[in-house]
Amino acid sequence: MQEIREKAITVEGLGKTYRLGASGERPSTAAAAAIQWVRSTGRARYTLFDALDDISFEIPRGEAIGIVGRNGAGKSTLLKILTRVTAPTRGRIELNGRVGSLLEVGTGFHPELTGQENIYLNGAILGMTRKEIRKRYDEIVDFSGIEKFLATPVKRYSSGMYVRLAFAVAAHLDTEILVIDEVLAVGDAEFQRRSIAKMREAAQGGRTVLYVSHQLQTVQALCTSAMLLDRGTLTYSGTVEGTLQAYRDSFESFAAAQSDPKKRPGNGKVRLSSVRMEDEFVKSSQDIVVDFEAGKSSKLIGTYFVSMHINDDRGAVIAQCDSRLVGGWFDPTETQRGRLVIRDLWLKPGQYTVDVYVCQSGVLDAWEGAWRFEVLPDLPYPEFTESSGTEKGMIFVNFDYERA
Amino acid sequence: MENEVQRTVITPPGRLNVPAWREIWNAREVAVRLAQRDLIVRYRQTIFGVTWVIAQPLVSAGIFTIVFGEIAGLSTGKIPTFLFTLAGMLAWNLFNGSLGRASGSMVGNQSLVQKVFFPRLLVPLSSLASVVVDFVVALMLAVVLLFVFAINPGWAVLLLPVWVLLILMIGTGIGLAAAAYMVKYRDVGYVLPWLVQILLYASPVAYALSSVPSHLRWLFDINPVTWFLEAFRWSLLGTDLPPVWQILALCIAAPLIFLAGTLVFQKNEREFADFI
Repeated sequence: MQEIREKAITVEGLGKTYRLGASGERPSTAAAAAIQWVRSTGRARYTLFDALDDISFEIPRGEAIGIVGRNGAGKSTLLKILTRVTAPTRGRIELNGRVGSLLEVGTGFHPELTGQENIYLNGAILGMTRKEIRKRYDEIVDFSGIEKFLATPVKRYSSGMYVRLAFAVAAHLDTEILVIDEVLAVGDAEFQRRSIAKMREAAQGGRTVLYVSHQLQTVQALCTSAMLLDRGTLTYSGTVEGTLQAYRDSFESFAAAQSDPKKRPGNGKVRLSSVRMEDEFVKSSQDIVVDFEAGKSSKLIGTYFVSMHINDDRGAVIAQCDSRLVGGWFDPTETQRGRLVIRDLWLKPGQYTVDVYVCQSGVLDAWEGAWRFEVLPDLPYPEFTESSGTEKGMIFVNFDYERA
Repeated sequence: MENEVQRTVITPPGRLNVPAWREIWNAREVAVRLAQRDLIVRYRQTIFGVTWVIAQPLVSAGIFTIVFGEIAGLSTGKIPTFLFTLAGMLAWNLFNGSLGRASGSMVGNQSLVQKVFFPRLLVPLSSLASVVVDFVVALMLAVVLLFVFAINPGWAVLLLPVWVLLILMIGTGIGLAAAAYMVKYRDVGYVLPWLVQILLYASPVAYALSSVPSHLRWLFDINPVTWFLEAFRWSLLGTDLPPVWQILALCIAAPLIFLAGTLVFQKNEREFADFI
């Protein structure tokens, strides 16, 4: 095509404001609403929360855009507005082309319906016409690889089969704009590879793809440009590399803010007072030792547990260490000093962060980015090779080759 | 793929949101599939299957015959009590079914409403399919009974589809408004069945208007349910023609209720995903 690249999506001054009740929640019953209305005596008592504010951008056709940002940055809200699931409060969006969305695979699947019935139902819900579904039916079945079970109700499917069928329907959407929210994190490795290939094909075929993810790796693999959302505003847009750098930088300012317990999420019945490691540098194959201290509290009844996550610099959670799994429960009537020891986790060289969650039935304290450490670039193996010998894989493992 | 690229502009919701009929028509496949789902799922994994559709009106008409006809001894005119009651149940179930199904449809499909976009009006409208199927099956049963009791309704029977449509409009109209409010306040889901239950006893479903004491008669005369019950039975059983003003009122009120319900629904439509 010789024409200048037209815009697929134009967004101007987009904002979405949620109204939160005085108690932090909107009344969900008429009685509560009536009480609130009487109490407010005509004055607005709700607080406003800007999930998105003054977002403007343009996306040319055929571009694959990654949208990154931490939890609560407004990524999902943006997608919901673009897919018209919810309405904006301010601003204007122009979409040139039909929008297909993959916000969650299997939306609208009914457990009692058979695979075949669900293909037609799901296809229609995702916006395909009957003709389109018929035309692509064989391809969908083929892609899912479950032709033997088409007459079986999906409630008898394994979760893998279910996801494969759901993704197969969604992947055959013929819309000009495709919006994807972290659906690639499903299925086995082989299926993931095929899914990514399908996404790439979509973008190359002149379609516009919006991809939202925590997994920066896939954004890197899939997208031609990216943007960063932070607390409802667009803070960076440009190349994928630049966005990822800005995302990493934002972690630092975030970590500084999080060290103040009052600014952290969680109900605050127990707050962590410190999280630290002996050193900011560790060697791969070394044990990872994290000490934490939580203040005592009279507001909590019963013991609580701690869950720590180790994340890499792309935001992927490498390990989750939940104290419940090893019988670790802590008593809130006393100040607790605890220590997490991770053995046999060989991290690759790079930056890592530690998130600490203190929970009981709900989250008491969530300290994301509580500690940051670097794994030094010396290899835990007896020999050295060129970099091609170590660049693949998320972590190092303790392995050997033996002669049989 | 179509050459013409569809262009959509999204702006904040305005005050009056008239349904985009064209968009609804384009997305009709959603309604068809949702209706199909409702029908398939209802009787899957049941032993008696479709028999339930026939059993329900038969049994309720039987109970009403015993309670109102035998025990209370209320008259139903020259028509056998059972058939009279069955006809009343048919019309009532059409009203009650469309109201109940439409009002619960949004909350019942909340996972859809939160995740994907399509004209929301399709959800309550598609829920009518199973109500209509129930009605048609039960109607065939009633027709068989007409022959058994040798009752000839005459030419009035030709107007039956009109009454069916008007009843659906009333039920769906109220149901649409209820569905919109149930998204925000689940109380509607508790209050509505209770109100409908009261309305059932306050309407001449299982007894004739003639057995209503004259000082209470005005209460029945202002009840739209009375209007459609009388018109429906006139067409199906050949009972007396209801007063002309009632028929006129029915013909005017039903579309108005439907329109009002649609507008209430549409006004809230774009906020559904935020509250559901």
